[in-house]
Amino acid sequence: MTSPPSVVVVTGVSRYLGARVAARLAADPRVDRVVGLDPHEPPTALRELLADVELIRADARAASGAIADLGAEALVHLAVTSAPDAQHGRAAMKEQNVIGTMQLLAAAQAAPRLRKLVVRSSTAAYGASFRDPGVFTEDTEPRAVPRGSFARDILDIEGYVRGFRRRRPEVTATVLRFAPFISSTADTTLTRYFAQPVVPTVLGRDARLQFVHVDDALEILHRSVIEEHSGTFNVAGAGILALSQAIRRAGRISFPLPEGTLSTFAGLARNFGVGQIGFDQIDLFVHGRVVDTTRLVDEFRFTPRSTAAAFDDFIKGHANGSSITADRLEAAERAILDGIRRVRAGAVAGGDRR
Amino acid sequence: MSQDEFRGMLPGNADFTLPRPAEPVRVNGRRPIPEVPPMNGNGHRSLPEPEPDTFDVWDKRVARGLAFLRRRLTGGYQVDDFGFDRELTDAVFQPMLRVLYRDWFRTEVFGIENVPAEGGSLVVANHSGTFALDALMLGTAIRDQHPQERHLRLLGADLVFRMPVVSELARKSGATVACNPDAERLMSSGELVGVFPEGFKGIGKRFADRYKLQRFGRGGFVSAALRTGTPIVPVAIVGAEEIYPILADIKPLARLLGVPYFPVTPTFPWLGPLGLVPLPSKWLIQFCAPIPTAHLTDLADDPMVVYNLADQVRETIQAALLELLEKRPDPFGR
Repeated sequence: MTSPPSVVVVTGVSRYLGARVAARLAADPRVDRVVGLDPHEPPTALRELLADVELIRADARAASGAIADLGAEALVHLAVTSAPDAQHGRAAMKEQNVIGTMQLLAAAQAAPRLRKLVVRSSTAAYGASFRDPGVFTEDTEPRAVPRGSFARDILDIEGYVRGFRRRRPEVTATVLRFAPFISSTADTTLTRYFAQPVVPTVLGRDARLQFVHVDDALEILHRSVIEEHSGTFNVAGAGILALSQAIRRAGRISFPLPEGTLSTFAGLARNFGVGQIGFDQIDLFVHGRVVDTTRLVDEFRFTPRSTAAAFDDFIKGHANGSSITADRLEAAERAILDGIRRVRAGAVAGGDRR
Repeated sequence: MSQDEFRGMLPGNADFTLPRPAEPVRVNGRRPIPEVPPMNGNGHRSLPEPEPDTFDVWDKRVARGLAFLRRRLTGGYQVDDFGFDRELTDAVFQPMLRVLYRDWFRTEVFGIENVPAEGGSLVVANHSGTFALDALMLGTAIRDQHPQERHLRLLGADLVFRMPVVSELARKSGATVACNPDAERLMSSGELVGVFPEGFKGIGKRFADRYKLQRFGRGGFVSAALRTGTPIVPVAIVGAEEIYPILADIKPLARLLGVPYFPVTPTFPWLGPLGLVPLPSKWLIQFCAPIPTAHLTDLADDPMVVYNLADQVRETIQAALLELLEKRPDPFGR
C-alpha cells in the first residue's frame, strides 16, 4: 500500500497552487495519470503548466461520478478559496469551500480504489481568542467560532474530513494546515496587503505572523501524495515576524487605525465587493497566529524555509513600493556619522587657528 | 640625628626633592582638573591634544545609537515565537524599570543563588499591589542580580492580552498568556518562567489583608512544572502591598469597565493621574530554595500530589513573607 498512487485527481487546478501541484505530479514518473478537476477554465497563464494534465471541467457535484470512473487512487483537494473574489462574492466562496468539499468527500467515499486524501486547510482553523496559547500545536482546539468567513469555512471543511476519516478509516487522510503563502510572485490577499506603500494596521496591536513559502508548500503537498503521511500537520516556516517588523522589513509605512474603524471599513468594503481586508485579516492582525511545526518536520523529514527567509523572498519581488529601505537608512546613518565627524574635526581645526 | 643630617633634609640642599603630587584620579566619569600643559620653548602654551579616548567613546556611542535605530527601523531584529523582543527589552524596558527598582523602591534581594544558572525553572511568587508592578520588579531583580542576567518570562492573565498596547508591551517584554501549553513550552525550552498563582485575588485584595496569601487556584502551575520536571523556586516579595493600598473596591464600576476590581486608594482616583504614582515603599525580595520535581514527572495528573506540592510552595512563601516583614519594621524606611 505504500507505493505511489498511479491515478491522482487534483481539484482547483484553475488556480495557481492547484495548477502547480498538478504539474509537479504529472512530471513525477511514479504517477501515471494526473486529472485536474475544476468548474472554471484555467487562465492562459497557467495553460502551459497544465500541458501534461488531463482537465475535466466539472463542479464537485458532477465530479462525483468522475472520481469513481477514473479509478482515482489519490485525491488532492485544493479548491479552497481564502477570500471572496470581486465577481462572485461570499456566496460563491462558501459554495465552493463548504458545499464543494462536502460533495467531493461524498464522491470520494464512494470511490472504491481511493486510498489517499490530501486536503488543503489553514492555520485559521485555530480561530482567534485572547485566551489562546502563544503557539498552537495540531491538538489545540479553537476556543470560539471565528468571525472570519474563511476561518469558518476551514472549520467546516475539517469537520467533513473528520467524518470521512470515520467512514473510510483505511484511506490515508492528510490535512495540511498552511500558514499564509508567500513568495516573490504569489498573489494573495496578504501579499497584496504588504505590497501597498502604506499599510493599515490595528492600533495598539502587533501580531505575530508566520508564512510559508509557496515552493515549500508545493514540496509538502507533493510528498503527501507520493508518500504515506496520515494525520493533520501544521505547515509554516519556523520563527515569526511581528507585523510591524514585517512592514519595516518590506520598507513600507504602517498606518495604525483603531480596531473598530478597521472593522467598519472592512464591513463597508465587503458590501461594495471591493474587500481587500476582511474579518479574517483583522483577526489575524489583532491576535497573531503562530504554530508548532515539530510534527511536520519529524514526519516529512523536510524543513520549510523560515518565515523570515520566505518573507525576504517576497521583499525581493516587491522592492518598488518601499519607501524606507535598509540601504537608504544605512546611507543616512553613514551620512550622519560622517557629518558629526566632520563637524568635530572642523571644531578642533578651528580651535587650532585661534 | 646630627645637625648635618638635619640640614641635609631641608629645602635648598642639592639632594632635596619635593614629594611627587598624587596622580589625577577620575571622578564621576569626568576628567579631573587638567594638568597644566608643559611649556614650549617659545613660552607659548601648546594646545591640548583632542582627548582621543572621549572622542572615540562618544563617536562609538553615537554610532551604536544610530545602528540601534537603524536595526529597529528596518526590522532587522529577532523576535521569538512568543513575541519576546530581547533587544528592545534590554535597551529600553529594563533601564526604565531599573530606575523604579533601584531608586524608587530601593529593592533588596536575598537568595538569588537559589535561581538556577541555566535550564528551565518556575519562579512562583506572591502577588500584590493593584497593578502587577511586582511582576516587573521580580523580572528586573533577576536580570539585575543574577550572575547569568537571566530573563524572566512572565505568565499573565488573559485580561493583559485583551488590552491593546498593554498586550504588545507584555509580549515584547517576554510575557505570554498563563496557560499550561505555553508554560510547558517555555520551561522545556530552558526558560525561566515566572507565575503568580494568586492572580487577581492577590493584587486586588484590601490593604487590611496585606501579606496574607490568597488561594492558589487549581495548582495548574504545579502540574505544568511536574510534567516537564522543572524545579519550582518559591519567592516572597515584600513592599508591593504598600504602593497602592486598596481601601475599597467599587464593584459596579469594575463590572462596567470589565475589570476584576476598581481600586480606591488614598491617592486614586482623587488625584487623577497623580494617583497612579506608586508610593515609595521599601521592597525586599527573597528567593527560597528550589523544590525539585524531576522525580515526580509521572504524578503530574495525580491531584493529591499536585495539591500537596502547591500547598508546600504556598507555606514556604508565607513563611518567607513573615520573615521578611520582621527585617523591615518600617514600610517606608530606607
